[in-house]
Amino acid sequence: MARETKMDKQKMVVVEGSYAVANAVRVCKPNVISAYPITPQTHIVEELSKFMADGEIPNCEYINVESEFSALSALVGSSAVGARSYSATTSQGLELMHEVLFNVAGMRLPIVMTVANRAVSAPINIWNDHQDSISQRDTGWIQLYAENIQEVSDMTAQAFKISEDRDVMMPCMTCMDGFILSHVYEPLVLLEQEITDEFLPPFRPERILDSKNPLTFGAFADPNIYTEFRYQQERAMQNALKKIEDTANEFYDMYGRHFGGLIDEYRTEDADIIIMAMGSIIGTIKDVIDRLRERNVKVGLLKVRAFRPFPAEAIMNVIRDVKVVVVLDKNISLGMNAGALFIETKSVLYNTDIDVPVIGYMMGQGGRDVPMSTIEKIISDAEEVMRSGIKIESQFTDLKEELV
Amino acid sequence: MKIVPGAVCEAGTSRVNKTGGWRTFKPVYDYDKCIKCKLCELLCPDSSVLPKEDGYFEFDYDYCKGCGICANECPKQAITMVLEEK
Amino acid sequence: MKEIRIHGRGGQGSVTAAELLAVAAFADGKFSQAFPAFGVERRGAPVQAFTRISDAPIRLRSQIYKPDYVIVQDPTLLESVDVASGLKDDGTLIINSDFDPETFKLDTKAKIMTVNATKIALDIIGMPIVNTVLLGAFAGATGEIRPESIMGAVRERFPGKVGERNAQAIMKAYEMMEGQK
Repeated sequence: MARETKMDKQKMVVVEGSYAVANAVRVCKPNVISAYPITPQTHIVEELSKFMADGEIPNCEYINVESEFSALSALVGSSAVGARSYSATTSQGLELMHEVLFNVAGMRLPIVMTVANRAVSAPINIWNDHQDSISQRDTGWIQLYAENIQEVSDMTAQAFKISEDRDVMMPCMTCMDGFILSHVYEPLVLLEQEITDEFLPPFRPERILDSKNPLTFGAFADPNIYTEFRYQQERAMQNALKKIEDTANEFYDMYGRHFGGLIDEYRTEDADIIIMAMGSIIGTIKDVIDRLRERNVKVGLLKVRAFRPFPAEAIMNVIRDVKVVVVLDKNISLGMNAGALFIETKSVLYNTDIDVPVIGYMMGQGGRDVPMSTIEKIISDAEEVMRSGIKIESQFTDLKEELV
Repeated sequence: MKIVPGAVCEAGTSRVNKTGGWRTFKPVYDYDKCIKCKLCELLCPDSSVLPKEDGYFEFDYDYCKGCGICANECPKQAITMVLEEK
Repeated sequence: MKEIRIHGRGGQGSVTAAELLAVAAFADGKFSQAFPAFGVERRGAPVQAFTRISDAPIRLRSQIYKPDYVIVQDPTLLESVDVASGLKDDGTLIINSDFDPETFKLDTKAKIMTVNATKIALDIIGMPIVNTVLLGAFAGATGEIRPESIMGAVRERFPGKVGERNAQAIMKAYEMMEGQK
């Protein structure tokens, strides 16, 4: 299933991750952008504001709002009238949107929003982890996580296409690690206008708000019918599973770039140990795997690209015959002492014929760096699990015991 | 009936639900005392005080729930709440 | 892969220097990555920025612990920051200073070089902004990058007169360090 992505160096430029995303949004021809700055997302909306000022996003309204709650609320209206709508946020800003996130999904508005993943307060911390978006897991938003700035740029176009599909019509968060990806300068091919015009057709929803033909969105549903609305949303999420795969394949055919659909695999063939993770840590893990493979450690990577909808089947196919699965989480469900990807991976394996030990590590909280040595240590733990079974199921990584 | 994704439906359907039947007291209007200050129209929570061409008002009894805010707020006591005969 | 750490103070353009280095290295035909280590973002506070340069695409996202090269924009940082931390034995440490390298007693086996970037900046640019000058010095001292690529990156970022003056200062620093090698 792995597709080879050949990058043409002639077409690449070195830019900041935030610029790459802003450019991709411009290329997708949005009609409404709402913006409220918050570190480390700010550069994205700043770059979009420059594009607007330079007249490079025609037929678009850029709305400065007074809070993140308003940022998303404004898009509820604009998306309902049939405008392709975009915003970006992070951390406390995303949490302030919590109520509106449900409204957007419930009204089936295919808004796309970049989340520059950051820890949540208190204590105040502006650095990267995944607690902000993971905490919005059940709001009905598709969640995709990117490994590098090329992927998050390309993912922007894919997100609009997935969300706006008639069988999906659910909003999408494209998640990029704050600072690590939002502020990095590295080479990429900026999203191409001509191909994108063909890849992403104009947004033409079936039902729109129109004063000449008035409709009510998100109307009242009593106990007689509310369940059915929730069922429809769940069915749309299940439709998104296939759409995310199809869209990644179609993207590969047209652009020649592929970073996985629901998941991606790296050196998983013949692997005894599979590491599962999301986001920018993927690159570091790949380097560790290459190093350990030279020492004949049979380790591979399962990159989870879609966290919602959860790719249960795709994951099971990869880990079915391995000896141990290690799940890395940049988040924690307090009171469960485990991260979300670990909990959910374990849960999809229950009631199946797959019997593989799964261990979890919570790491990178609040921007704590994850060096290669940490991942090497975890893999040697996994080798120990292969020999003598699980001793600790889920744990904090690199905890400074002397501080607590 | 099939439900529509996003709970999208025709707008203004609440018009068929005539809430005037909830009323116990109904407002009655004394034109002689009215100074056309519009407070009743402004404060009615159900948009049931309708302006007339001559600047005075009339009640939309189809939707007036008889809450009495208009009578309470009228500075000239031009509105009185009268027990509804049902 | 070569890893570079730049030490400066908030407002001195360390992050910009790391970014320009990444742009220049890519123009040289390499792959590159630049990222900041943001702390308290205020003027005067010690800041670090990092650049990786490699022949192959760069996937590693961790911070840099064992740099090949260190650039110090402000010598007063030496009082509070261990600028030589983790520096490889065969690496190079470039300090903006008008003193000789021997003046600096640092806990490292790496080669220490100094350049009076502040004077070059004042003479040519007319302002004590040393970040681009030090990139020229880096090119001259290490040979890791062509000075033309740095000048190109700087001209693109700062078009017009500002870019031109910076380019001149870069060349001057490059030649001075080339001579010292």
